[in-house]
Amino acid sequence: MTVIFDGIASGMLLFLISVGLSVTLGLMNFVNLAHGAFAMLGGYIGVTLLNHAGVPFLAALPLAAVATALVGVLFERTLYRRLYGATHLDQVLFSIGLVFMSISTAHYFFGAQQQPLTLPDFLQGQINLPGLDIGIYRLFLVILGLAIAIGLQRMVSGTRFGAQLRASVDNPRAARGMGINVERIFTLTFALGTALAGLGGALGVEMLGLDPTFAVKYIVYFLIVVAVGGSGNIKGSLVASLILGIFDVAGKYYVPEIGAFVIYAVMVAMLIFRPQGLFGRAASR
Amino acid sequence: MTTLALQAGLAPVRRADHWRPAELVFWLLPVAAYFIFPDNLVLLTQIAITALFCLSLDLILGYAGIVSLGHAAFFGLGAYAAGLLAAHGFGDPLLGLGVAAVVAAALGFVTSLLVLRGADLTRLMVTLGVAMMLYELANKLTPITGGVDGLQGIEVLPLLGPFEFDLYGKTAFWYALAVLFVLFWVARRIVHSPFGLSLKGIRLNVGRMPALGTPVNARLAAVYTLGAAYAGIAGALLAQTTQFVALDVLSFNRSAELLLILVLGGSGSLYGALIGTIVFMSAHHLLSELNPQYWQFWLGALLVVIVLFARDGVMGGLRRIGARFGANGGTK
Amino acid sequence: MEFRKHFALLAVALGASVVSLSVAAVEPLKIGMILPMSGPFASYGKQIEHGARLYLQEHNNTFAGRKVELIVKDDTGVAPEISKRAAQELVVKDKVEILAGFGLTPSAFAVAPLATQAKTPMVVMNAASSSITTKSDYVLRVSHTLPQITAPIASWALKNNIKKVFTLVADYGPGHDAETQFKKTFTAGGGEIVGEVRTPVKSPDLAPFLQKIKDVKPDAVFLFLPPGEQTVGFIKGFAERGLAKAGIRIIATGDLTEEDQLDAMGDNALGIINSLQYSEVHNSPENKAYTAAYYKAYPKDRPNYMSVSGYDGMQLIAKTLEKTGGDANGAKFMAAAKGMAWVSPRGAISIDAETRDIVQTIYVRKVEKVGGKLQNVEFDQIANFKDPGKQ
Repeated sequence: MTVIFDGIASGMLLFLISVGLSVTLGLMNFVNLAHGAFAMLGGYIGVTLLNHAGVPFLAALPLAAVATALVGVLFERTLYRRLYGATHLDQVLFSIGLVFMSISTAHYFFGAQQQPLTLPDFLQGQINLPGLDIGIYRLFLVILGLAIAIGLQRMVSGTRFGAQLRASVDNPRAARGMGINVERIFTLTFALGTALAGLGGALGVEMLGLDPTFAVKYIVYFLIVVAVGGSGNIKGSLVASLILGIFDVAGKYYVPEIGAFVIYAVMVAMLIFRPQGLFGRAASR
Repeated sequence: MTTLALQAGLAPVRRADHWRPAELVFWLLPVAAYFIFPDNLVLLTQIAITALFCLSLDLILGYAGIVSLGHAAFFGLGAYAAGLLAAHGFGDPLLGLGVAAVVAAALGFVTSLLVLRGADLTRLMVTLGVAMMLYELANKLTPITGGVDGLQGIEVLPLLGPFEFDLYGKTAFWYALAVLFVLFWVARRIVHSPFGLSLKGIRLNVGRMPALGTPVNARLAAVYTLGAAYAGIAGALLAQTTQFVALDVLSFNRSAELLLILVLGGSGSLYGALIGTIVFMSAHHLLSELNPQYWQFWLGALLVVIVLFARDGVMGGLRRIGARFGANGGTK
Repeated sequence: MEFRKHFALLAVALGASVVSLSVAAVEPLKIGMILPMSGPFASYGKQIEHGARLYLQEHNNTFAGRKVELIVKDDTGVAPEISKRAAQELVVKDKVEILAGFGLTPSAFAVAPLATQAKTPMVVMNAASSSITTKSDYVLRVSHTLPQITAPIASWALKNNIKKVFTLVADYGPGHDAETQFKKTFTAGGGEIVGEVRTPVKSPDLAPFLQKIKDVKPDAVFLFLPPGEQTVGFIKGFAERGLAKAGIRIIATGDLTEEDQLDAMGDNALGIINSLQYSEVHNSPENKAYTAAYYKAYPKDRPNYMSVSGYDGMQLIAKTLEKTGGDANGAKFMAAAKGMAWVSPRGAISIDAETRDIVQTIYVRKVEKVGGKLQNVEFDQIANFKDPGKQ
C-alpha cells in the first residue's frame, strides 16, 4: 500500500513540475525546453525567500510562482513572441540557448552546490496507519496536484479565456478577426505556464534538490510526461504522470535490478500503443 | 518515355550532383587548418568526428524528416563495438570501423520498426527511450563496458600498418578527416540519387509518395539504418582516437547537443551539418578557454542570437545572404 | 627623513629586480589543471582550484625559485574525450610540465596513456578509482581511493556493535566498488549483510528504497550515492519516514557529508557516522591556519576535502621541485616524488613509493553542530592507511 501511495506522490510531483510545459507546449504549441530553467528560477526564488527573507514556506510558494511568471512575461514580450511562427527546431535551439544561459547565471549567483531547504514542521513526518505510511509532504503534493489539475482543466475547457486560448492557437487569424486579443491571450498563457513551472520548481526542491543543472536534469521527465499524456491535455498529463510514477516506484521496490529501465520502457510501450503526439498537429499546420 | 527524354528530365538532378568550386574550397579548409593550428589537432579531429555524427543525423532528419533525440544510441554502440574489439586484441582501426558500422546498422534496422510509428513528438521520445535504455544497459554491464569509469585497455594498432597514433594527433586527424570525406562523398551521392529524392518527397508530402509507387516505410527504414551505420562509424572513430570509451557516448546530452548542432547549421543540407559542427565546437572551445566556469552563458547567448537573426540555422542565413547578392547561394 | 625613505624604497626596488632577474633566468613552470568547472560537478572543480590557488598565493606563486603559472581547463565532468583533448593541448600547445586536477575517474583514465606518452607527471586530485595509479607510471594521487575511505567505516561498525547492515549504493562503477569493499571488510569481521540494493543513478525519488530498508530493519544502512540531490533526498526521506527513530543508523563514506553538502542536508544529517581523510574541524595548527586562510580568500565557500587535495597537490609539486632543484623532467620528478611525506591540513600524509598512491590517516567522524554549523567531528581513526583496493 505504501508503495502505491509513494508512486502516486512521485507521479504527482512529475505532474507538478511538468504541467507548466504541458501548457506552453500543449496549449501554445511552443517547444519551450527552457521550462526547466523557469522551474529552477522558481526554486531559487522560493529557497531565497525562505532562507534569507524569512518568508514562511506556504507564502513563498505563490510568491515564487508569481515572480517566475513576471520574468516569464518579460521574456515572452521581448523574445518568445518573435518565435511563435518559427519551426519547432528553431524553438528548440532558442530555448536550449536560454537553458545554457540560465545554468551559468544560477552557477554565478548561487554556486554549484545544492541549496538547503527545511520544510515547516507541519509538513514533515508521516501519518502512520496500519499497513500504510503517508508522508505528510507527499500528501500535500497529491492534494495540491489534484487541485491544480482540476482548476486548469476547468479553465481550459470551461471558461471564456480557455475558449479564446484554444481559438487563438488553432487559428490566430480567425481569432483576431473575432475580436480576440491574441497577443494578450498568449502572454497570459505563457505567464500561466511559467507560474506553474515556478511553483513546480519550488515544490520540487524538497525532493529533487536544487543546483544549477536543475534546468536540464529533468528535461527528459518533462518531455516524457507531455509526450505520453498527449497534446495540451491536462487530464492526459495527470494520468500519464500517475502511471509513470506508480510503475517507477513499484518497479524500483520490487525489481531494483531493472529499476532504471522501467520508466523508459513504460514510456516506449505507451507511445507505441498510443502514438498521438504534438508535433503531428504542427505538421498539419 | 525514351531514354533521351528521361535524361533530359533528370538534367537538373545531374547538375545538382556536380561539385561546385565553393565545395572544393571548403574541403581545402581542413587541410589549411592542419598547418595553421598544428597544436589543436585533437580538437580538429573531434570536430571531424562530430561532423560525421551530425551528418548521420542530417541524413535521417534533414532528408527523411525523422526527428531523433536518441541518436547517441548508435554512436555509443559503435564506440563500444570498436572499443571492445580493440580491448580484446583486435585493434585494427579499419576493422573496428567496419564492425561498428554493421552493429549500429543492425540496431538501427531493428529500432526503425519502432520509430516509423507515430508523429514527431512520439518519434522523439521513442528514440530517446531507446537510447536511455541502452545507456542503462551499458551501465548495468559494468564488468564488460567498464560502466561510468570507462572501458579500459583499448589498444589501437597503427593505421594501415605504418601510421601510429601519435601524441600530436597527426595520424588521428588525417584518419578522421579521410573517413569523413569518403562518407560525405557517399552521402552526397545518395541524397542526389533517386533514392535520396524519394526521401525528400516523403519529407515534403508523405501522403503523395505511395501514389508514385514509393514504398515509404521501406525507404525510411533504409535511411534510418544508413544513418545508424554512419553514427556507429563516428562513435568508433572517437573510441579509436581517444583510446577510451565511457558511458557518456550514450548520454542524452550527446543526442541533444547533436540535434542542436544540426539545427544550428541548418538541417536538410549536408554542408549545414558540417558548418554547424564547426561553429558550435569552435565556439565551445574558444568560450571555455576564455571562461572555464561560465562559458555556457555565452554559448547560450550565441544560440539565441542565431535563432533570432538567422532562421534555419547558419546555412539558412548564408543562403539568404547569397540570395541577396544574387550569387549562386544554394550549396545543397 | 624624506631622503632615507626614498633610499629605502630604491633599495627594495633594486633588491626586487635582482630577485626577479634571477627568477627570470629559469623558465616559469606551467601546470595544467583539468577540472570540471561547469556542469553537474562544477563544485569539485571550484574547490580543487581554490585549494591549489591558495597554496600558490601563500608561496608567492614560486616553487623552488621558479615562477608558477596555472592553466585551468574545463572538462565539464564526465566527458573523457574533452579531458583528453585538454590534456593534449596543455602538453603540446601550452607546454605544461605537470598535469593536475581530474575530478572524476574517466577523465583520469583517459589522460593516463597520454601522460605516459609525453612523460609528464600527472597529479590526481580527486578521481577515486583504485586502479588509476596503475594506468601510468606518471600518476601520483594526493586525494584518496574509494576502498581507502570505505574500509574504515566497516571496521568501525564491527567494533561498535553493528551486526546487521543494509547496503544501499548507486548502481554504477564507484557504487559497486564501495559495496564490494564494505562487504569484504564487514563480512570478514563477522558482520552480516541483511539486504543490498543498487539504486539507479538517475533516480529522482528514493522512496521505494527507503521503504525497503524500513521493512528489513537493519542495525544500520551503509550508504554510497553520488553527491548531490540524491544524498540530500535520502537523508531527508530517512528522517521523514522515521527510520532514525526506529533505531536504524546511517553509516557512509565521508564524501557524502562533506562540508559543501552538509548545509543542504540540514539537521537531518546529525548523527551520521562516516569516514574520510579531512574535516574542516580537524584539530591541528596546520588546519587552523588553512581554514582561516581559506575563509579569508573565499568567504562564500567552506573548505572541504577536495580543496585540501588541490592544496596538497600543489604542495607535493612544490616539495618535489625543491628536491630536484626546480627540474620537472618526468623521470626525475617522479623519482623525487615517490615516498614524499609532509604535513597536510588533514594530518601527516605521504606518497607510497611503490604504488604512487597516497598513504594517510582516515578518520571516523560524526555529524554534529559546532558553533551553530554542521561539522564532521572526528572521534576515531585508522592511522597511515594504505589503499586496500590494491591488495
